[in-house]
Amino acid sequence: MAEIIQEEKGGGKKKAKKHAPHIDMTPMVDLMCLLITFFMLTTAFSKAKVMEINLPEKIKDPTKQEAPRISASRTLNLILGPNDKIYWYPGAVKPEEYNSLPPVTELDYSAEATGVRQMLLERNRALFKKIDEFNNEVLTGKLVLTPDSVLKSIAQLKKVDDTGPIVLIKAYKKANYGNFVDILDEMNICGIARYTFVPIAWYEEKMVETAAGIAPTTTASTK
Amino acid sequence: MPKIKLPTKSPHIDMTPMVDLFSVVLTFLMLTTTMRQQEPAPVDTPYSISEKPTPDFNTLTLLLSKDDKVFLNFDNGPDTLLKYRPKILAEMGKRYNIEFTDAELREFEKYPTSIGVPILKMKEFLNTKENKERAVFQTGIPIDSLDNQLALWILFARQVNPNIQACIKGDAKTGFPIVQKVLDIMQDKNVNKFNLITSLEAAKINLQEIQK
Repeated sequence: MAEIIQEEKGGGKKKAKKHAPHIDMTPMVDLMCLLITFFMLTTAFSKAKVMEINLPEKIKDPTKQEAPRISASRTLNLILGPNDKIYWYPGAVKPEEYNSLPPVTELDYSAEATGVRQMLLERNRALFKKIDEFNNEVLTGKLVLTPDSVLKSIAQLKKVDDTGPIVLIKAYKKANYGNFVDILDEMNICGIARYTFVPIAWYEEKMVETAAGIAPTTTASTK
Repeated sequence: MPKIKLPTKSPHIDMTPMVDLFSVVLTFLMLTTTMRQQEPAPVDTPYSISEKPTPDFNTLTLLLSKDDKVFLNFDNGPDTLLKYRPKILAEMGKRYNIEFTDAELREFEKYPTSIGVPILKMKEFLNTKENKERAVFQTGIPIDSLDNQLALWILFARQVNPNIQACIKGDAKTGFPIVQKVLDIMQDKNVNKFNLITSLEAAKINLQEIQK
């Protein structure tokens, strides 16, 4: 794009220049192109998101603090198993059942019929409907609320709910961190009001091992 | 017949508007850019539907890599104005009877990404200038019960900055035992609220099926 400016020589009088001298901007544009490309490639536009989780406080002294009591009929135990599988059973295992452990059902992380989402939504239908109706009212403009109060109202709906399941999440040692995040995500998607993460018990490890066909290697405490 | 005079010069394009536009874009990018930093271990975060953005400061980020190493980061990269990093390191040094010089503290403050160096190697690490040589020291922070340096880091971080929030950034393939261990250590120090760093994805729910 370079150009050669030819000077006219001789012949008559010199004319005074009328227009401003022309600056060749090509190199400047080249440089700017480079810089823009550089910045565009190094910029991280989308910031990472965070998901909050509150774990129950650790009971450090069992003589002073008692574990909270929850009703067994509403309890669902989800055990994160190896190979992206979830094993679940309802209720609790009583000490007299230790020799014949209840069977577990296998699920996966998909949204299909075999997935954990269908199972959770089935059990959490009443609350999920309420949250969904509320969200619809906000979306269609029937209710005009700030985002903060929307979140608060949903939290309130969850708080007063007493029909949905209480989900206890446990992780078998061959599960991975992705499974953990996925299951917490499912809790948020399905609008589960009460869920928490608790350490796995030895009989639950056994149940997973029987269901998944792994050689038993119990490591959890046998308390 | 008169000759048709052909223009000898190529037509001149006025580049001024283009330059204007470019400078606007360039300024915008320069002002909004946050440099992507190379983490000491590659981490693919799992996906979730959460839309809450990561906090910019008052954070204590734990990086859990695929090979079960733990790295620490305060306030995501170069320090904020309040300069918590050198204070935390100085406290750590006091505990282990290591005197860190001002230059070393400054080096720690400037370090742009997560750090996974055992405290006894920290001095050597901070005095190494070459990035490649530095990477050798990043062996992860010891978390076993004999020498639980992670617990001390968390303790001092919370002493220096009481508003600090715990963030966990793990690879989707990180095994669960290490996650469990880290959560245990945090809970021993009475940290019960965690932020799990994830990437955004859309949720798909088949509403008709549920309402049946």
